[in-house]
Amino acid sequence: MRRRSNILANLDWITIILYFTLVFLGWLNIYSAVYNEEHQSIFDVTQRYGKQLIWISASVFLIFIILFLDVKFINAFSYIFYAAGIIVLIMVLFFGKEISGSKSWFHIGSFGIQPSEFTKFVTALALAKYLSSYNINLQNLKVLFNTLIIILLPALLILLQNDTGSALVYFAFFLVLYREGLSAKLVVAGITILTLLVLTLLLNKFYIWGGLVLVFFILLFFIKRNFSNISKLFLLLLISASLVYAINYSFNHFLSPYQQKRINVLIGKDIDIRGAGYNVHQSKIAIGSGGFWGKGYLSGTQTKYDFVPEQDTDFIFCTVGEEFGFVGSLTVIGLFMLLLLRLVQLAERQKSRFSRIYGYGVISLILFHFTVNIGMTIGIIPVIGIPLPFFSYGGSSLWAFTILLFIFLRLDSFRSQLL
Amino acid sequence: MISQTYSSRKYGIIGIIVLIGLVYLTRLFLLQVPKNSYKLSAENNILRYITEYPTRGLIFDRTGKLLVYNEPAYDLLVVPGQLSDFDTTELCGLLNIDPLDFSDKLSKAKKYSNYKPSIFLEQISQEDHAFLAEKLYKYPGFYVQARSLRKYPYNTAAHTLGYIGEVTKNEVESDVYYQSGDYIGKSGIEKFYEKALRGEKGLSIKIVDVYNREKGAFREGIYDTAAIAGKSIQITLDADLQKYGEYLMQNKIGSIVAIEPASGEILAFVTSPTYDPNLLVGRIRSKNYTILSKDSLKPLMHRAIMGTYSPGSTFKIVNALIGLQEQVLYPDTKYDCQGPNSRPIKCTHFHTTPLELQGAIMHSCNPYFWKVFRSIINKPTFENTEAAYNNWKNHANSLGFGLKFHTDIPFELRGNIPASDFYNRIYGEGRWNSLTIRSLAIGQGEILVTPLQMANFTAIVANYGYYYPPHLLKSIIDQKESNNNYRQKQTTINKKYFSLIVKAMNDVVDMPHGTAYWVRIPDIPVCGKTGTVENPHGKDHSTFIAFAPKDEPQIAIAVVVENAGYGSTWAAPIASLMIEKYITKEINRKWMEDRIANANLLNRNEEKK
Ligand SMILES: [Zn+2]
Repeated sequence: MRRRSNILANLDWITIILYFTLVFLGWLNIYSAVYNEEHQSIFDVTQRYGKQLIWISASVFLIFIILFLDVKFINAFSYIFYAAGIIVLIMVLFFGKEISGSKSWFHIGSFGIQPSEFTKFVTALALAKYLSSYNINLQNLKVLFNTLIIILLPALLILLQNDTGSALVYFAFFLVLYREGLSAKLVVAGITILTLLVLTLLLNKFYIWGGLVLVFFILLFFIKRNFSNISKLFLLLLISASLVYAINYSFNHFLSPYQQKRINVLIGKDIDIRGAGYNVHQSKIAIGSGGFWGKGYLSGTQTKYDFVPEQDTDFIFCTVGEEFGFVGSLTVIGLFMLLLLRLVQLAERQKSRFSRIYGYGVISLILFHFTVNIGMTIGIIPVIGIPLPFFSYGGSSLWAFTILLFIFLRLDSFRSQLL
Repeated sequence: MISQTYSSRKYGIIGIIVLIGLVYLTRLFLLQVPKNSYKLSAENNILRYITEYPTRGLIFDRTGKLLVYNEPAYDLLVVPGQLSDFDTTELCGLLNIDPLDFSDKLSKAKKYSNYKPSIFLEQISQEDHAFLAEKLYKYPGFYVQARSLRKYPYNTAAHTLGYIGEVTKNEVESDVYYQSGDYIGKSGIEKFYEKALRGEKGLSIKIVDVYNREKGAFREGIYDTAAIAGKSIQITLDADLQKYGEYLMQNKIGSIVAIEPASGEILAFVTSPTYDPNLLVGRIRSKNYTILSKDSLKPLMHRAIMGTYSPGSTFKIVNALIGLQEQVLYPDTKYDCQGPNSRPIKCTHFHTTPLELQGAIMHSCNPYFWKVFRSIINKPTFENTEAAYNNWKNHANSLGFGLKFHTDIPFELRGNIPASDFYNRIYGEGRWNSLTIRSLAIGQGEILVTPLQMANFTAIVANYGYYYPPHLLKSIIDQKESNNNYRQKQTTINKKYFSLIVKAMNDVVDMPHGTAYWVRIPDIPVCGKTGTVENPHGKDHSTFIAFAPKDEPQIAIAVVVENAGYGSTWAAPIASLMIEKYITKEINRKWMEDRIANANLLNRNEEKK
């Protein structure tokens, strides 16, 4: 008992309060999104808000289990969890059930579970375990290669399940790599590639090639003009130019017309409020019509009459925007900001490198989900179907984020010790 | 060895988190706080405005017979944004339309709006609708809206009743009541009494969800308004008389206008050729309209108000009345006639000479009326010809010529009584005189009158000098304020001058040597005047004006049969039969009726050429 009270005393209650606030607000909005006059009881388990109450109760149960786990056990079993996660992902490919085009669900009776939600935290664990090993340096190419394998293996398997959104989530771990010393050159390269990608989709490739040549000559003016430098710069020019060509070619040949259209709608080349842009259009109408104070709880017309698809899962933020207005948006974004900044603070206070890296894994996953999910509801980011942490309806997502977060809190409660 | 911790990079991460938060909050602020179109979109998304169309008022004749009623019809609406996959071929089969036409209509609807309903197929009949309604659940996005079609059980008076059609862009712009796709009266009674007949549209606002399922009234229906049914109206036409007139005029070009002299109510308003008003209804309307408008006989032209003719000999009575009023003519005024050798106008009739006024009217003596006209224009009390002419014109106008009546008959023409300026322009000021304009003496030349004006003039004679502007409205049923505001109009001719004219006109029909003796009606004293109108474009027009009974007249009538020749041959018997029909409700002169009804005078013009 002494040990337990010790844990409670060392737990970061600020994060826990933020967690429960978000979960509670999430549930309120699910209730509103699903609400109809026939089913008003909050315990009605035929309705999603009733089910979500069950998932929340189960999460509390999970939290207790995690808090009783031995920290050393977590550290020691990281790779095993990871391996188990990879095996389950492979099994899903063979035995999973296909739901709306992605084969990412396991069904046990009537109960469905989405393994890709859980592989996020095992990947974070494995990454922390690997990067915290003795004498690891991300500047080392072999280390970088192994790191990329750890990150991209689950992403690849999830991509095979045809769940692009969940696969993209793994790119979030580059934030961890940045924190842990990924070469600044690589970061610059990454940003350059991303910029080229967006420009290629927007503009004719000949313009970009022209631009690249211009940049080449400008840089030529600034650098020391010896043979080695000039040839390196020329090589970079060639690589960039071929990359542009490759992106252009892939876009036209490898993406389905549906995917092309989605991307075009996103970057503003295409406006089609009936097709790919419908969700975003309706979502913006919902949020925009909320005004400053919102229409009031349970009074959102867009919400009530199902104009926004998937309003209790991926588009849950619409309900916030419509019914609680800008005040609601400010509150939710503020809560996430507080949570993320608090987590940075917690991560930085870890003595153990394992705990810190895992902490940044948690931060990067929550940040990525938050950014992409809200970004798509307000039309800044393409429609990538991933949930808003703690908010969206769904047991798998809620449990996965609960486990992810509370493992970190458990590690944090042990922060004064080195693992 | 832990070489480097890169701990300064945490600031980069904090920076990224804060940056994303600020960008999102800015975006949300711009989306939510300033006024923008999204708020409106949300309302439009969920509110469906349903127009409740009132039933259009019915139209009855003066005896209470139903002339126009409504038959239910249905419009098929489509909301493209709500369509889901369906069997196009099957739906085309149901609607009986071509698949190409189908996709054409659909893309048109999409162009209009993805979320608002637009009319996909107009005016589906009741039978088709019953069949379609059962299957419609298979085609989400398609809806049926009830409308109504006009029906004309009597199949008569097409021009008078008019027709309704979709509003034009101009009509939508000039009256906020109308929306694209609405119907409006385009001509006749339907046009003039549009406001009474149409009623008021109602509006109900329903909340709908994304599947367009109704979720109840918006704000408990406080903005909803009920449709107010259009008012029914009774018109002055006698359907039986009208129908009989159309029967007599079949295969002839021309017009019959009959007026009740005591009230100005139009009893019959026949235009020939006419058409079946049921042809200009519903989906067949535009096709039939094109056919009718291309017909060389111009069946769409309402000749009773738009046909302008030289009045011919009937106008001699006008000049006689003006002469009497101006005291340049007396009942016993005698003028010589040299028959065909008369100058400047020859006489077309053989009679004893000289004649007094009554005889001159009966024999329609051209030289007599030229002399009457000359004495009016040369009357010494006027300082010059122009002043005398203007005085003459003033009389003619007061007798209803050269002006519109401005009652409830759209598109009436005013005919022509030339202003003195017209002659000044042609001949120069002061350089024309009675001789120059002598053809006016016998109703030829520049004068043009409509059959309606001729009938009205006949009513003036029947009334001894006054008239009520001819009109079509008897009453708007259920309307409190009185709708008959047509005032009696006094002409410039004193009552006392009419007795002689009436007597002379009675002689025309009832005296054995009268020009229309053969169309007399036993027991009904009829007053009439034949006219044979010279027509520069072809064979003479046959005209006749008449009223009866001579004392207490019930009907005044004008008949024009184009290119038919002598007035006594065609127009006179038609007028006589109409009078008999109206007063006795039956026809005893079956032989005359058959002769008229069976005559085809359509190609007379060609024969002459
Ligand atoms: Zn004569």
